[in-house]
Amino acid sequence: MASFPLTEITRVLAALALVLFAAIISRWQAVNLERQMLIATARAFVQLIAIGFALDLIFAADNPAAILLIMGVMVAIAGHTSGTRATGVPQARRVAFSAISIGALLTLGILIGLGIFEFTAQQTIPIAGMVIGNSMNVCTLVMRRIQDEIEARRAEIEAALALGATGRQALAPYLKIALQSGMTPIIDSTKTVGLIQLPGAMTGMILAGASPLEAVQLQIIVMYMLIGAAAFTGLAAAWLTQRQFLTPNHQLRQPN
Amino acid sequence: MNNQSDVSRFFVNALSLVQNGRSILTEVTLNVQPGEIVCLLGPSGSGKSSLLRCLNRLTEPPPNTVFHNGQDIHALDVLALRRQVGMVFQKPALFPGTVTENILYGPTLQEKTVSDAEIEQLLTLADLPADYAKRSVSQLSGGEAQRVSLARALANQPDTLLMDEPTSALDPAAQRHIEQAILRLRDTLGLTVLWVTHNVAEAKVVADRIYLLLNGRIADEGAPDHVFRPGSEHLTATFAAGELENS
Repeated sequence: MASFPLTEITRVLAALALVLFAAIISRWQAVNLERQMLIATARAFVQLIAIGFALDLIFAADNPAAILLIMGVMVAIAGHTSGTRATGVPQARRVAFSAISIGALLTLGILIGLGIFEFTAQQTIPIAGMVIGNSMNVCTLVMRRIQDEIEARRAEIEAALALGATGRQALAPYLKIALQSGMTPIIDSTKTVGLIQLPGAMTGMILAGASPLEAVQLQIIVMYMLIGAAAFTGLAAAWLTQRQFLTPNHQLRQPN
Repeated sequence: MNNQSDVSRFFVNALSLVQNGRSILTEVTLNVQPGEIVCLLGPSGSGKSSLLRCLNRLTEPPPNTVFHNGQDIHALDVLALRRQVGMVFQKPALFPGTVTENILYGPTLQEKTVSDAEIEQLLTLADLPADYAKRSVSQLSGGEAQRVSLARALANQPDTLLMDEPTSALDPAAQRHIEQAILRLRDTLGLTVLWVTHNVAEAKVVADRIYLLLNGRIADEGAPDHVFRPGSEHLTATFAAGELENS
């Protein structure tokens, strides 16, 4: 463990100095964000301290059922959040929950199955958090893009259907666009990783005293893992979303 | 099923359609004979396009209300039905790419090959020069794009064409091109056409028979000479005089 001149809680309190400076700037420039900053600062403190205590208990117990329960809660919150943002998609929350579940289960299953991580609370929960958080963003992007494309391209889609295309064939070009838009951010950040910024996991490990080479190895795994999660979730979200817009008789559902 | 459905290219029998709690069509009955051009005339919002969409199941009609060549369309494979019944929409809705790529869309779905000579023939049928085949659709005028969409529909070799106000966004010259192309197709290929329009002049030019649709109901029916005769009691003549609209 690296040594620091201050104890943990003193360091946290000292870091508040930065928030104080930000509040002063906000007041000085009449940005009027001091109240929001205060709320955000307090919420971050309470939420993270609470999760810190909770994780401490869960890591100590290391119970598989507890790990699965926590992952279930994470997926439920992610599905709700993603589904709320894609309100134009019928059954949006159900679609988002299913897509994120599929993406998370496949990614974590492969990571644990290949022995990259162990199925312990200490390893699975932080990794699941990253996978599910990333999957949530991809799911939202894909669902919203499909909805936008269908809205904008209704005439072309119905022209394809009228020529004898199946619903899936008629929507295929737009699913491709949606998948591209969902996966591009993680591919771009993987391309530039280490060049523009040192990512969070790696920074955390280095600050905690790990060697940079150790930290880099973990970061590489994380980036590859996020690409996989984006692909699985994106594909599941695209497939499940398109089903919401099509009838079994290859008709495009009319907007209400 | 009665005798009428046996002989008609399309027979619509007491079709009622409700969407989102709103009545769109009420007890619509009509028939279209092979090789006939039938116009569905009526004001905007009278249900013309909805009726047309029921015929190729882009909108789902109730069972036993729409018959194609004597068979309830619910008994037919929906994709096969749509290949037999081409549709040209108000907007051409071409796919990005070349004219040829658009024409090949339908045949490619069926894994059929189409020769260059056949593409030229389809362009000619749609009243377009053969050298348009390699053009990008982004370079086409509205009228040309609509004729490409006609050629694209013809590439599936349909027995019927559903035309959903195909000329409403076109200038008069482009409108005439489409009308002449359709009349020629009927004469040369014996194509059956159901043409939705609110344009009385167009209906007079192309229609063998006319159905007037008002508030989702058939309000009148007959040959143009008959229904447009000035002073007649036909509601179509009243509509043509601009004295009729949806209530």
